[in-house]
Amino acid sequence: MTARSLDINIRVNGEDASARVEARKTLVDFLRDDLSLTGTHIGCEHGVCGACTVRLDGAVVRGCLVLAVQCDCSTVETIEGISDSGAIADLQLAFRERNALQCGYCTPGMLIGAQELLARGGVPSRDAIREHLSGNYCRCTGYQAIVDAIESVAQARAAI
Amino acid sequence: MKIAEDQPSGLSALDRPNSYIGRSVPRPNLARLTQGRGQYVSDVVLPRMTHAAFLRSPHAHAHIKAIDTAAAKKAPGVVAVVAGAELAKVITPWVGVLTHLKGIKSAPQHAIAVDRACWQGEAVCAVVAKSRALAEDACALIEVAYEVLPAVTDPETALDKATPVIHPALGDNLTFERALTAGDPDKAFAESDAIAEATFMFGRHTGVTNEPRAIVADWNPGEERLTVYQGTQAPHMMQNLFAKHLELEEHQVRVITKDVGGSFGIKVHTYADEMATVALAKLLSRPVKFVADRFESFVSDIHARDHRVKGKIGVKKDGTITAFEIDDLTGIGPYSVYPRTSGIEANQVVNLVGGPYACPNYRARARVVFQNKNVMCQYRAVGHPIATAVTEGLVELAAAKIGMDPAGLRRRNLIADNAYPATAASGIKFEGLSHHASLDKILKMMDYQALRGEQAKARERGVHRGIGLASFVEVTNPSAAFYGVGGAKISAQDGATLRLDATGAVFVHSGVTEQGQGAESVLAQCVASSFGVNIERVRVITGDTDNTPYGGGTWASRAAGIGGEAAWQAGKALRGNVLAAAGAMLQADPKTLDIRAGIVVDADSGRERLPLEEIARVIYFRPDTLPPGFQAEFVVTRHYVPRAWPFAFTNGVQASYLEVDIRTGAVKLLRHWCVEDCGTVINPQLVDEQIRGGIVQGIGGALYEHCRYDENGQMLNANLMDYLVPMAGEMPDIDIGHVVTPTADSELGAKGAGEAGTCGAPACIMNALNDALRPLGAAPLVEMPFTPERVLRALGKV
Repeated sequence: MTARSLDINIRVNGEDASARVEARKTLVDFLRDDLSLTGTHIGCEHGVCGACTVRLDGAVVRGCLVLAVQCDCSTVETIEGISDSGAIADLQLAFRERNALQCGYCTPGMLIGAQELLARGGVPSRDAIREHLSGNYCRCTGYQAIVDAIESVAQARAAI
Repeated sequence: MKIAEDQPSGLSALDRPNSYIGRSVPRPNLARLTQGRGQYVSDVVLPRMTHAAFLRSPHAHAHIKAIDTAAAKKAPGVVAVVAGAELAKVITPWVGVLTHLKGIKSAPQHAIAVDRACWQGEAVCAVVAKSRALAEDACALIEVAYEVLPAVTDPETALDKATPVIHPALGDNLTFERALTAGDPDKAFAESDAIAEATFMFGRHTGVTNEPRAIVADWNPGEERLTVYQGTQAPHMMQNLFAKHLELEEHQVRVITKDVGGSFGIKVHTYADEMATVALAKLLSRPVKFVADRFESFVSDIHARDHRVKGKIGVKKDGTITAFEIDDLTGIGPYSVYPRTSGIEANQVVNLVGGPYACPNYRARARVVFQNKNVMCQYRAVGHPIATAVTEGLVELAAAKIGMDPAGLRRRNLIADNAYPATAASGIKFEGLSHHASLDKILKMMDYQALRGEQAKARERGVHRGIGLASFVEVTNPSAAFYGVGGAKISAQDGATLRLDATGAVFVHSGVTEQGQGAESVLAQCVASSFGVNIERVRVITGDTDNTPYGGGTWASRAAGIGGEAAWQAGKALRGNVLAAAGAMLQADPKTLDIRAGIVVDADSGRERLPLEEIARVIYFRPDTLPPGFQAEFVVTRHYVPRAWPFAFTNGVQASYLEVDIRTGAVKLLRHWCVEDCGTVINPQLVDEQIRGGIVQGIGGALYEHCRYDENGQMLNANLMDYLVPMAGEMPDIDIGHVVTPTADSELGAKGAGEAGTCGAPACIMNALNDALRPLGAAPLVEMPFTPERVLRALGKV
């Protein structure tokens, strides 16, 4: 029994990669196992917990619900690239100052989700922040610190 | 955003210059974790590494007649296919009993089932392959011939004569039983004006750590050493157990714990599949990795809380509680979990019921029985959520019965704040608690009277809201009384080794571990304060049995109170040694010197004498310039273990304000409060976040989480779609206050704070729900989780 493999060309965090991947391999497994981008985490592998959140051609997706072969000719951004770009430095600092992470396993997904919300502009209500994060599971914080951190960044960005 | 103030709080008497005690110092680990630069065990890759997958029993109870692995062995990428009997030649079985739980019994448990599978999810065969996917492919090719056996699933009938005995050699299905009578409960009940009774049911639930259990084991025959990367809370305990069951010397085993994606007590136990992974690495002489996927987590991570407690309370008309009585029954799966046993949760329930109250009359019985479901064991706040819900549920039922305000009834019965030391009816000992001060504070925070008014007004509009309270005690900082006296090799003591490096920075090596709660930050705060450097100059190392003092790890809310005190004492000792060197260099009496912000100063005037960098330079590179005979010691170790009290009990009170939609049964959490007394608060922000996270975990058990089984022992909702966990949208903001009663057992005076939130939350949610529904004539809700269906049933609508 040989799994079928396909060639893909993909741009991840600004770097081009060509790889032969098994058709069944998920994007998150490809990122972690083939590209060593371990900042994207695996929590449930069925699309509920949000630990594997990445950007695919600009849209926020679950890395466990997308196959790597679907990403041929696509652009993917992971926490490593988004972090290095400096685009979420204020969010990262707020998370740190507010202790909005404990074990940190959900944090890359939370940050990418939060940035998606904040990119819409304005200052979302706390309820709107909670609603937006309702697909990202955090077992440690109880969420309040995360909401606080995101709210403070929204206010700070709106003030600029 | 309410970022906590980073200023000395004045909460502590430990006011050294540039003290970090009582300050909300951000954790040093967080920057890299926000950048995706964590190093979880899931991320570990070693040369020649292979991956294990386990074929698990689809039956709750079955004889394994034959396993055909021929096809699996030929599958692509497969390195080995190993069943239980073969692996048993490498790793010995274990029995999860402790001598201080009198009469507890269990059967030998193997790393992989031999002859018989005892729960749905028990591993029956392992495949090791070049990738996890290939290992799973091969698992699908294994043929197992099962003879299905009757499954024992209902604890209520587990001890009946007609019920099959799961382990015939044990004689019956009773794991452990404890009975206790204090005072004269019969007389007290007879003299009561009112008696309230209820049968409380607690839904079996589990930890759902975001990172599942993960382990990488590497046996190196060249040096005869086993290195295990494991997401564990207790590296030295695991070192001992790996050595014991692989028949190695302890020094041949190194356990390394890097970042851990959540633990909550889930990752402090011995798991058969993790023991199997280690044995497979030994068998194959190459690294083997196993990461549980979410589906197997649900059927193999320990479960907890599956208790049925019949409770009874007596009360006088004036509100005096006369007696408590409970009968607890819990099913813990087919094996008592090793090495901490599955008797502890029921034992804690017996210890803790009635704990906050000055009531001498108490009768309790707890029975722990075997069943063919996944194993149960200690999970965050072990036993406390059950004992607190039973106690506080009974208290509010009694208050309703005599028409007394529940806060007033508590005030009448809580142990007086000036009555310590005190002993509860169960025999547990309290050094000093603050129930009344805590209750006063929370009633003020929530503006109790105004809230009652708001509740009444809402009810006039047909909006049904409830207010629930829950006072509680919580065991922290355990001495050897928890496990050591029962024969478990789990260190009660912890240590810190400090090293001043050549630039004046300090390395701290500690036996406690970091799973996100902030232990490393707390250790750095303690050392920076007692030694006298800026916290940026302190680097903390944990989670490596080769490089940290032998210690217990992080569980039972012990890291800050025990590990922190060891670090505090080590900092003082290193200060003494550095000042001795400074005295030799400056020809000054070390007693006249101090270290402040990394500079040796005159203690009286604060005049700066020498920076640490200069002292370190001379000691390391120019010791020839020192007086003859002077030898500096810039590495020190100090240990600490609580001795005066078996446990440092903390106390607190929580309150919930919620709204029930009586058409749908849905519960909306409006507000939640907690006042907690964990003694000296080393880092207010970290304490508050532990409490918030703990409360939400407790809310999960109260409203959503339930491992649902059918009568055949099949778990019906072993995935995150069907097993509900608290998500951001449903959780309330939580206000937290503190009362500070330090323990005199340590200089820091810190007690534990990690579990109090989980302890009290289910009780006050339950009480608030019943407060909302009682005027509607609803039957008391006493079965968790409180699903919309159960709410509607209580209202008689379905």
